Amino acid sequence: MHDMSAHAHVAHPAPPTSFIRKYIFSLDHKVIGKQYYGLALVAVLVGMFLSWLMRIHLGWTNLAIPGLHLLSSNGAPGNVMTPEFYLQLMTMHATIMVFFVLTTAPFAGFGNFFLPIQVGAEDMPFPRFNMMSFWVTFVAFVVLVSSFFVGDGPTLGGWTQYAPLSAVGSVAGPGEGTGVVLWATSIALFCVGQLLGALNFITTTLDMRTRGMSLWRLPLSAWAWFITSCMGLAAFAVLMPACILLILDHVAGTSFFVPSNLVISDQVQPHSGGSTLLWQHLFWFFGHPEVYVAIVPGMGIISHVLITSMRKPLLSHRVVVYSMGALAVLSYMVYGHHMFVSGMNPISSLAFSFPTLIITIPSTILVLIWLGSLYGARLRITSASLFALGFVSMFISGGVSGFFLAQPSVDIMLHATYFVVGHFHMVMGVAAMFGIFAGTYFWFPKMFGRMMNETLGKIHFWCSFVGTYCIFMPFHYLGMAGNVRRYQAFVNDYTQPLIPLHRFITVAALFTGAAQLIFVYNLIHSRFWGKPAPDNPWQATSLEWSTPSTPPPHNNFGDKLPEVYHDPYQYGVKSSVGDYVMQASPEQVETAQGEA
Amino acid sequence: MATTVHEPPKIEKGRDASRLASNSGNGGGRNLVPSVGDLRAVKDYAPPPASTGIWVVLASITMTFLAFTSALIVRQGSALDWRHLVLPRILYLNTLVLLASSVALEVARRKVGAFMSGRRSQVASPARWLYITLFLGLFFVFGQYLAWLQLRSQGLYLATNPNSSFFYVLTAMHALHVLGGLGGLMRVIRRLNQSILRKSTLDATSRYWHFMDVLWVYLLLLLWMKL
Repeated sequence: MHDMSAHAHVAHPAPPTSFIRKYIFSLDHKVIGKQYYGLALVAVLVGMFLSWLMRIHLGWTNLAIPGLHLLSSNGAPGNVMTPEFYLQLMTMHATIMVFFVLTTAPFAGFGNFFLPIQVGAEDMPFPRFNMMSFWVTFVAFVVLVSSFFVGDGPTLGGWTQYAPLSAVGSVAGPGEGTGVVLWATSIALFCVGQLLGALNFITTTLDMRTRGMSLWRLPLSAWAWFITSCMGLAAFAVLMPACILLILDHVAGTSFFVPSNLVISDQVQPHSGGSTLLWQHLFWFFGHPEVYVAIVPGMGIISHVLITSMRKPLLSHRVVVYSMGALAVLSYMVYGHHMFVSGMNPISSLAFSFPTLIITIPSTILVLIWLGSLYGARLRITSASLFALGFVSMFISGGVSGFFLAQPSVDIMLHATYFVVGHFHMVMGVAAMFGIFAGTYFWFPKMFGRMMNETLGKIHFWCSFVGTYCIFMPFHYLGMAGNVRRYQAFVNDYTQPLIPLHRFITVAALFTGAAQLIFVYNLIHSRFWGKPAPDNPWQATSLEWSTPSTPPPHNNFGDKLPEVYHDPYQYGVKSSVGDYVMQASPEQVETAQGEA
Repeated sequence: MATTVHEPPKIEKGRDASRLASNSGNGGGRNLVPSVGDLRAVKDYAPPPASTGIWVVLASITMTFLAFTSALIVRQGSALDWRHLVLPRILYLNTLVLLASSVALEVARRKVGAFMSGRRSQVASPARWLYITLFLGLFFVFGQYLAWLQLRSQGLYLATNPNSSFFYVLTAMHALHVLGGLGGLMRVIRRLNQSILRKSTLDATSRYWHFMDVLWVYLLLLLWMKL
């Protein structure tokens, strides 16, 4: 009896042969990881395209964009964007990017592919849930994008969908009827997908580790995925009920979020007594942890990449893990800082301001550890390590503005300006994207068995790095000059002089976006015609580089699971293979650094 | 009722013994460096994933219902339109039925455990108490449906009043989770009949089921109380 329960591991019989079981409804975590990555790639191209349209409109407001009418039946008469259509594009850009790119790629994509391998397992413990997790997410994406083609288009309420305008139906504007229902359905489905994923990630980390793989021997990327899945577990479980209540306000006439006697478009709304702030509380209880769900996997990935490129461990392995854990815990205690101007008791804003300032401490510790570890390192300059450095740079530049926004007195002035837009685009958007890029250049050889082109990778890095600074640094200046976000055109006296800067940003955005096509070309070209990859191209130590073939076989490690003898990052040592000892190598390490 | 001949379960198919021996996860967290060729020094026990996984599931369900609870409390205080509804009597009967189903499941777990460990091989049908649990669970869901019908006949619909809104939302969400549990129970019965049931699966399912009890009693109190 006990034999059975103690070895309740995944049944991993012979690999599937049919096309559908192998590539579509696959139970293999590696295929699911690639599917997530592919979904994110499609989503990021869609999201970037939408941002181009918005930027062109912001620079040249009355410019006709050829073909724009194809995207909307009534949003682009004469191919000129209406204000409502601008807001619809903005909402969809944000929703697609936050949910289907920044959550999907670094967490669900890379995590699915590499977490089981890094802990030394054959697969995740619940492969069917894992498959459902992807397909539910896929359906969520289809539902969201379908709102472009249904009724009067997608919702224009922003990715935060503030009530009551999001809850009263089409009287509040185009897309506020069917569009919101589709949005909320999509997000509720997305939550279910991510909860199923979190279930697998947590159990994989806790129960599937191979012999010798103690928790402290997990690589930092595995730690980051584990911490992220714990965060996601609580966050998505709260957003889902909120979406259900929002849908009910729409389709069943309930009054959860709509107050009494609300007049919209000269009509008294038939709801009574709901609380508009309730939506904000439920949303931001999810929303703030969500930004850490987006960024923490990047922290783990770039730590992993940096260590391998520096050929030495970080100053402290444990402090990095503790800091990421502290971010996870604190991320639940700060959400009110999004609501400083929503009508909040001053004591509450103080109570939310304080942990918001505290949360900068683990972030600063992480940055200092990355920078301090770089001191004296002979860094190998690769596309992956450049993007890892870019991550640190973006995280600092975007994070510094967080100090300002954390204080209610300053935030009241800066709230809903481009200052905030610049802040979160850098610290969470671009930084997380750089984490994805670092992970891609680093792990692509293991995922697809071919090397990516390094020259193109470096060109891609420099274009992206310079380009994103050109886009998002001026946002801070715009915000301080009083430029309010979500405006579709700048016609006031005080915003008129800012239009040249907006045009500069638009040109930079078009250039940076175009540079991403280099990446897409590199990805596709290398996938089919790249140089065949060796098993361990970066001389790295963790288990994903110990697989018997590249890409790994169906059950990851062939006949026998690896056994782990070392801490994850044994670099700068003398061994038979060079300056590193792999985790699965029984070789004794000569210098005992890090082995304690 | 099951007509299958019951045999003690077999070790999972498709895995040979040598593989099992090298495949025992190390959840012990001991940072020992095993000497070459001898990995027995490493503490070598990890709970089966179902045992950990069920706590993960319960944690996320808890968060979901906490979100509903906070919404209920905020909504109750946000306006003066809250009319406290009298709970249909049948809910108390349903509560007893659900509690009884948990008792039945606990009996089933012991009987199946005794059967699986080989201590009792002559049990006529170890699945009998599982079927009783299943029946009681179905009865509970049907009873909830009757409660909804009662409220409807009083003119209390989903959108009538914030209290009735929360009543329908909370009971429906809970009933959905109970239906999920019924699916889990049916899976347990099927695997038991095929003799491939793992103890950890049974334990996880019963934990989920008992949690549904606790959750229901909590929801009943929440809906009954005048906060």
